[in-house]
Amino acid sequence: MQYTLLIILLPLISFIVLGFLDSNLKPKVAGAIGATVLGIITVLSYYTAFEYFTYHQIAGVYEKVIPLHVEWVRFTEFLHIDLGILLDPISVMMLVVITTVSFMVNIYSLAYMEGEKGFQRYYAFLSLFTFSMLGLVIATNIFQMYIFWELVGVSSYLLIGFYYTKPSAVAAAKKAFIVTRFADLGFLVGILFLSFYTKTFDFGVLTSGDASVFASTAGVSFMGISGMSWAMGLIFIGGAGKSAMFPLHIWLPDAMEGPTPVSALIHAATMVVAGVFLVARLFPVYEVYAPEVLHGIAYVGAFTALFAAVIACVQTDIKRVLAFSTISQIGFMMVGLGVSGYGGHEGLGYMASMFHLFTHAMFKALLFLGAGSVIHSIHNNELNHMGGLRKYLPITNITFLIACLAIAGIPPFSGFFSKDEILSACYKFSPYMGATMTFIAGLTAFYMFRLYYGIFWGKEHKHAHTPHESKFAMAFPLVFLAAFTVFAGWIPFGHFVTSDRANYDIHLDYTVAGISVAIAVLSIILATIMYRKESVVPQKLASCFSGLFKAASHRFYIDEIYIFITKRIIFKHVSTPIAWLDRHVIDATMNGLASTTQWTSVKIKDFQSGQVQQYAYVFLLGTLLIAGLVLFF
Amino acid sequence: MDYSSFLQMTEEFSLLAVMVILLVYDIFAGEKSHRYFQPVALILFAAHTLLTCIPREAFNIAGGMFQYVPMQTYVKTILNIGTLIVLLQAHKFLNDDSNYIKRGEFYFLTLSTLLGMYFMISSGNFLMFFIGLETASIPMATLVAFDKYNKKSAEAGAKYILSAVFASSISLFGISLIYGTTGTLYFNDIATLFTGTPLQLMAFVFFAVGLFFKISLVPFHLWTPDVYEGAQTNITSYLSVISKGAAVFVLFTLLVKVFGNIISDWQPILYGLAVVSITVANVFAIRQQNLKRFLAFSSISQAGYILLAIISGTALGMASLVYFVLVYMFSNLAAFGVLSVIEQKTGKVQMTDYNGLYQTNPKLSFVMMIALFSLAGIPPFAGFFSKFFIFSAAAQQGFYVLVFIALLNTIISLYYYLLVIKAMFLNANENPIEKVTSDFPAKISLVICTIGIMIVGIISTFYNQIAVFSFSM
Repeated sequence: MQYTLLIILLPLISFIVLGFLDSNLKPKVAGAIGATVLGIITVLSYYTAFEYFTYHQIAGVYEKVIPLHVEWVRFTEFLHIDLGILLDPISVMMLVVITTVSFMVNIYSLAYMEGEKGFQRYYAFLSLFTFSMLGLVIATNIFQMYIFWELVGVSSYLLIGFYYTKPSAVAAAKKAFIVTRFADLGFLVGILFLSFYTKTFDFGVLTSGDASVFASTAGVSFMGISGMSWAMGLIFIGGAGKSAMFPLHIWLPDAMEGPTPVSALIHAATMVVAGVFLVARLFPVYEVYAPEVLHGIAYVGAFTALFAAVIACVQTDIKRVLAFSTISQIGFMMVGLGVSGYGGHEGLGYMASMFHLFTHAMFKALLFLGAGSVIHSIHNNELNHMGGLRKYLPITNITFLIACLAIAGIPPFSGFFSKDEILSACYKFSPYMGATMTFIAGLTAFYMFRLYYGIFWGKEHKHAHTPHESKFAMAFPLVFLAAFTVFAGWIPFGHFVTSDRANYDIHLDYTVAGISVAIAVLSIILATIMYRKESVVPQKLASCFSGLFKAASHRFYIDEIYIFITKRIIFKHVSTPIAWLDRHVIDATMNGLASTTQWTSVKIKDFQSGQVQQYAYVFLLGTLLIAGLVLFF
Repeated sequence: MDYSSFLQMTEEFSLLAVMVILLVYDIFAGEKSHRYFQPVALILFAAHTLLTCIPREAFNIAGGMFQYVPMQTYVKTILNIGTLIVLLQAHKFLNDDSNYIKRGEFYFLTLSTLLGMYFMISSGNFLMFFIGLETASIPMATLVAFDKYNKKSAEAGAKYILSAVFASSISLFGISLIYGTTGTLYFNDIATLFTGTPLQLMAFVFFAVGLFFKISLVPFHLWTPDVYEGAQTNITSYLSVISKGAAVFVLFTLLVKVFGNIISDWQPILYGLAVVSITVANVFAIRQQNLKRFLAFSSISQAGYILLAIISGTALGMASLVYFVLVYMFSNLAAFGVLSVIEQKTGKVQMTDYNGLYQTNPKLSFVMMIALFSLAGIPPFAGFFSKFFIFSAAAQQGFYVLVFIALLNTIISLYYYLLVIKAMFLNANENPIEKVTSDFPAKISLVICTIGIMIVGIISTFYNQIAVFSFSM
């Protein structure tokens, strides 16, 4: 399956071509190149998935295929950095997800970004992102993954700050980069920690189940916590940063400053689930050597899911609602992994989490693209400028509704199946966890329909010009993804992706399903009463719980807490003294060094007189000096 | 005696064939066919480079006079590529009216020095070594004085030959002492007989300074700036890269192969020389206004860095040394290439002339910038990786303080490299150097160098290939 290399290389080539030619290309050509390349690699990815899932199963277990492997840099006997392609069920699934969404976004952007300044640059960055993200998922070792991990960070930074003349976009880009970079520091330390003891970066070795790999970690502990917990915990911090887990979630809502298709691609479907993917990739290690960290992940995920869902209920910017909804749904995925065991029915949570990742990528991309379509038609993000748009945007309306039903967990849409499996796994873990997650699922249904009614129903708002449905290039991805959302739930996902790569038959737990559907329907009815027509209920509720309402609309002041900690504490009490030290000690030393060098330079310039006899003299003197030193010392 | 074994010296014979063909061509070709002299010469030499780039099995011939190991093929190929780049850059200069008639000489002399270096590299006996050394230096002196009616060039030639003769004589004195104390000139025999008696230590020191002179380490470097400044730029670049590259490789092999017994004696010498060379060269480089002198001092400090690889005396050191020479060749030749293009067109070599170069010659400025970045060791350019490997080779043997001093010096060197970059990109200039269009061969050479700087570091195959053979020096 060497052709998989093409899947990685084509977007890179496209990036280089588009990046170098830039404005020498006509926007149309640039867009065509970007979209065509994505089309090709989407087909290739589908073919890869077909071939992999058809031919690479041995005795009911999918094998790991490594079509390409080169040693890149060798440091010592054990430690070397390799580059390669690893195909296993999750990486193949990710190939399909990334290429599909990226392809749709590439098509969508043809119309959405039309006439924007820097259109070619935009497509170059999209290609760069696709390349990096694909490289991340097919990495054979954790170091390669880290390299691409940083590359997606960079491309995300570039795309969030695409409108670089807008200060808020620049600030958001910086924020996203710094927060995730900060988390990546944990990731890097974790990698070094892990590889220091295991002497390998390779996923194959790490997840082989060979206990001798981890033998040297036995008995290692630091501050009362075992070495493996440290390593895996630190690695998770990296994942938490990219996947916007509390308290590292603060960058994601701001990242909505980027163009909407970018939000759909990077900040909904692909990059933000990199953390989930990372945990899934190292799942066998977490499960056996750091089970307490895995449980920690479940609790972090659950709290984040709840926290973000509450905030999503009161946000008024439609992209921010979707952003918090994304955070909440990623929380669901993390919970799925956190409560999972290994193999067979024990591994239900793992399967469910991957399933949810898959379905969520499709319907969340659909929601964002739908939101983009709305924003494109009325040039505004705020809910109170919308309302009654269903007449003008029929396609957007229907597809958005499908996505809302999917995320709310209404059968037969895809979200129902995947979320239901997560809930089943939660109930198996502990009834409290199950109940909490069911409640959050209800909240999800509520805020999504609040959003839906707010945009498409209710009182019509006056617009400068009549909103109109978007062009084909924008409508097509909506319809395509909606079709995916309708049917993806029927995929027998357990036959493809499971924790031990063996087949597993999904069966619905009707009690769990019944309860969750009932709650979802109730929430939707509640939202319908409150938001379908103009009513005073929301206002009343808001004033009734004014404290909670205000805190939630300020996102529970987490950003303010960060500002306080950084500005008031770190900058004032740590950075200022360091800056003083830097200026008066380190700089002074350097300046001293420089002036000494200059002074010496002036003093010895006569040494270089231009007279060859003197050169010979110095030459001889030097020889004798060395000879003397060698003889007498 | 079976002379057929001589045929195994394919690299040498191939080069000799190129030289003879060119000599005959130059002498007997008519006016018309003479026009194609340079293209033919370049193609022949490129063919030679390609044909001799595959390493073979190690062998000894002429009773051990000539010893071949596969690593030498890499070194010779690196020298070949470097020479080819220099020849490409000299193309325009040689087509000038005043030099047109001397083109054949230029090629023949350059290739003679290269042949001398070949023998120096592959020698297994001090006599052979000395012949190689002299074959490499005497034509070099004539090359330095190539522009013989130019006072500076003539002066540089005189300085070079005087210094070289002086160095050679001391070296020869050392060799005679080696012979006196061991009774042999064969490397393999000396290696076992060399026990480190005081007289032998003397012999070693006297012999070694000859090579230190070639590498231009402080305090044997005083000739360097004058000669570099006086010689024609392309010859300077040849001197600073090819001649130096061959000498450091030979120094390493000799130290390990012949003088391995007295490693505890030569390590401190190299230690001191490295510190002094890097530091003094840096201090001098800061004040240079003439870019050729500037690059002369920069090359002295680079030579100091190379000593860090040699001092380790290990296979890792060998690999990092050859790799360093490869990277240094691309970086330095790129810098000299830009210099020569501009000098050929405008005659300007002062730092102040380069103010605002970016406005008129963005491409040349860009090449110069990455060349200097690579020399300063900034990632992701190849120079970073080569320094990294050299430092790790020295650190592996416990020379932490030395590595630290070298690191401090890279900061200083960054300062003066940035001075040039600042001049090109930031300094304002009312009348910068006008737009220069470089000739086609020079363009090719700059493209080769640029690609080399960009990829030799990132693509690890280069280093790994070199490392494979470094274990069988």
